Amino acid sequence: MEFGPHLMLAALEGAVISAILVLTAMGLSIVFGVMRVVNVAHGEFFMLGAVLTWFVATTIGGHPALGFVAALLIAPVLVGCLAAFADRLILKRINYDPDRTIVATIGMLYIIQQTTLMTFGPEARPVPPPFNTRLSLPWFEWGEEGFALFWPWGLSITTYKLFVIAAAATVLVGLWVLLTKTKIGLIMRATQQDSETAQAFGVPVGRVYSWVFGLGAGLAALGAVLVVPIQQAHYLMGGDPLLLAFIVVIIGGLGSLPGTVIAALLIGMSDGIISVFFSPTLAKIIATLLVAMVLVFRPQGLLGKKPS
Amino acid sequence: MAAVSILETKGLTKIYGGLAANEDVDFVLARGKITALIGPNGAGKSTFVGMLSGRIEATRGQVFFEGRDISHLPAHKRIQLGLAYTFQITSVFPGLSVYDNVGLAAGRLLAGKPNLHAAKAAEVLARVGLTDRADQIASDLSYGHQRVLEIAMGLAQDPKLFILDEPTQGLAESEIADFMALIQGLAGDTTILLIEHNMRVVMEVADYITVLDGGRTLASGTPEEVRANAAVQAAYLGTGVDA
Amino acid sequence: MTAHGKSWVLHGGVLALLFALFFVLPTYHSGQLSRIMVLAIYAMGFNILFGYTGLLSLGHAMFFAAGMYGFGLTVNLAGFPMPVAFLFAILVAAALALVAGGLALRTAGVSFMIVTLMFAQAAYLVVLYFGEYTRGDEGFVVAREGRMIAGIDLSTDAGRYFCAWVLFGVCFLALAKLIKLPFGKRLIAIRENEERARMLGYDTSRYKLMAFVTSGAVSGMAGATYGLLFGYVGASFAAVPYSIFPLLWVLLGGAGTTIGPLIGVFFMFYLIDISSGYTNAYMLIAGLVLVLLTLFAPQGLAGSLRQKVMPWLP
Repeated sequence: MEFGPHLMLAALEGAVISAILVLTAMGLSIVFGVMRVVNVAHGEFFMLGAVLTWFVATTIGGHPALGFVAALLIAPVLVGCLAAFADRLILKRINYDPDRTIVATIGMLYIIQQTTLMTFGPEARPVPPPFNTRLSLPWFEWGEEGFALFWPWGLSITTYKLFVIAAAATVLVGLWVLLTKTKIGLIMRATQQDSETAQAFGVPVGRVYSWVFGLGAGLAALGAVLVVPIQQAHYLMGGDPLLLAFIVVIIGGLGSLPGTVIAALLIGMSDGIISVFFSPTLAKIIATLLVAMVLVFRPQGLLGKKPS
Repeated sequence: MAAVSILETKGLTKIYGGLAANEDVDFVLARGKITALIGPNGAGKSTFVGMLSGRIEATRGQVFFEGRDISHLPAHKRIQLGLAYTFQITSVFPGLSVYDNVGLAAGRLLAGKPNLHAAKAAEVLARVGLTDRADQIASDLSYGHQRVLEIAMGLAQDPKLFILDEPTQGLAESEIADFMALIQGLAGDTTILLIEHNMRVVMEVADYITVLDGGRTLASGTPEEVRANAAVQAAYLGTGVDA
Repeated sequence: MTAHGKSWVLHGGVLALLFALFFVLPTYHSGQLSRIMVLAIYAMGFNILFGYTGLLSLGHAMFFAAGMYGFGLTVNLAGFPMPVAFLFAILVAAALALVAGGLALRTAGVSFMIVTLMFAQAAYLVVLYFGEYTRGDEGFVVAREGRMIAGIDLSTDAGRYFCAWVLFGVCFLALAKLIKLPFGKRLIAIRENEERARMLGYDTSRYKLMAFVTSGAVSGMAGATYGLLFGYVGASFAAVPYSIFPLLWVLLGGAGTTIGPLIGVFFMFYLIDISSGYTNAYMLIAGLVLVLLTLFAPQGLAGSLRQKVMPWLP
């Protein structure tokens, strides 16, 4: 393949990565924004979403679309409820003290991951996509006869991947409406601004926290449901999304939602493009160090405003 | 002011997001005397002493300590020159013993000399009446005793200039009397700058008073001069001191 | 007896007990105990920063690994004599700590944890990237001549045990001394109230960096000792779990106590050792212990002892 079509292919792969990443990172960002909690177990909620999808799909059987739709409805809700329960059981009792919360979520990480290993097993398990037609994509060139379209071999994308991009965009719009146009969003923003004042005005802060923690985990699980037909379910699959989501949230400015979306697109696209052209390990080293430097020298994130 | 100065500021200004907490404050602090800084809430008193001690970075202006420009020194360097600072909100080492708290305060100068160090800590504890509680954990002390401990930590540094931000806040009457005696005993060797709301304390112990209002100096002088100042009466004292 | 006296009796007693145990325990357990002592050095290094200075690093595996690879690679590839390689390894870890600490300490709180985590992640990836030399996850065996000193073979049971005992003892006593020195007191002051310490005239940034470098160097020494005594160097020692382990050990044993790290490593090691006999999901135990500790015993074992019955515990 020539460079042009190759780049386009990489960009499309990047868009799919971005779509999943934006959901995962949004979950992390909302939880940090509202609760000031750094949830190290976030990647495990993602993994749980994937494993539950496999479980639902194989239990239901029949046409792949049936199981997929069921998983789309069940997995995020179940994972969200589990997270809300964990919030009640653990985080609430340690008063969201920053150090202890980190330690507790590290503990939750291992509990979820290892329990999955004991029940689900160490194998990677595939889930068939609900639909998967391969679409060839055209490329253009300026030939002797002027502008011409042609279909290079290998330049294609599946309908399922297009669906993932569209689905993520839809969820994002829904989330934006929820946060800015509804009373739920208002309550969340009030809690984020000043939880004590919100409490004084009758906002049940404790319950809001549980819901927010559940919502964050649910978003990660939703991203995982979408990714399983592309990437298999495995008990260790939570590590990379966690790291990438962290990177996104940091670059976007801790707790800033628009920043998170832009950063997710940026990171997802560059991840897609870089991994096509460079050694993935070297790319990861550079990316990790760059992100650490952002935190050190520009803690408000690349896109955040400097506090006055 | 006739006395020799230990500290001066020129045009000291702090602006928070467009609002001036202090604006062009020119201030002279007399050596060896007790000066009280008064003014209504929000007058910029804490911001001002924060800029003297280096806790708060000035937007512009200069601070001179013993003739030396310290405007750009970090807080710990200023403390090393002989400033001591007590916080408005009690700030001790909560998990350490009273003795260790005072020991740490004395330790910067005396850490290399264990005997002198221990003697200093014991002397300061005796002076403020905390000797019996030397082994108690600071967070177990009553509020009043924690305030006294904080003052003891200031004393242990043998400061040339001792800045106290509302030291009598929350103290009982008897504790306030002890405090005043302590402060008056220090004056002479040590220069004292006091932010204080309790007018009885101010009028009794202060040699000089500076009034801040709206981030600017409204008046400076002896208690009598300040009391007689029409602007001060209008802005502030009219409601309080003579009543 | 004074608190000071009790403290030395305790430290001396622990070391005497560990010395005697070698002659009592079956080989399997004395082997485990030598591993525990080496890992306790690592935990003590971590404790300097976390327990005494109040800084939670989530990336200490990079220092452990720096010591381990600094030792193993120089022995195997450069043919350094053992003591030189050992000192070199500590220097490498200290230098890494100076750079990583200098940068990470510009942040605080949650950002500090994430920055240290990311540095460690980068270090782990560097180990994988240079797989030609490090042999990546597979790791390599340290050459036999690198495991001898003055004719004593440190790969035998006794050689290994007593070398671990000596190095552990040196660190154990040095740490107990350190926290009684003005330097140690000042670190504790920073943990208790950094702003107050600064306003007493202490350059807290410098003290934090010194604590970070000391902590990194001790952790690096633990890594080099591990390579020296067990003869294996691998990338898994640079991965995230090896940054979490010292936190777990120190929390379990009691942060900010001299004896806590040893207790924590001992209990955690045997918990995992026993449970790994039943399931391959033994990290579940680590997770449960972390959560239960934060919920019910944030002071850890030695910390609770200090609170309730032994206030003199250093």
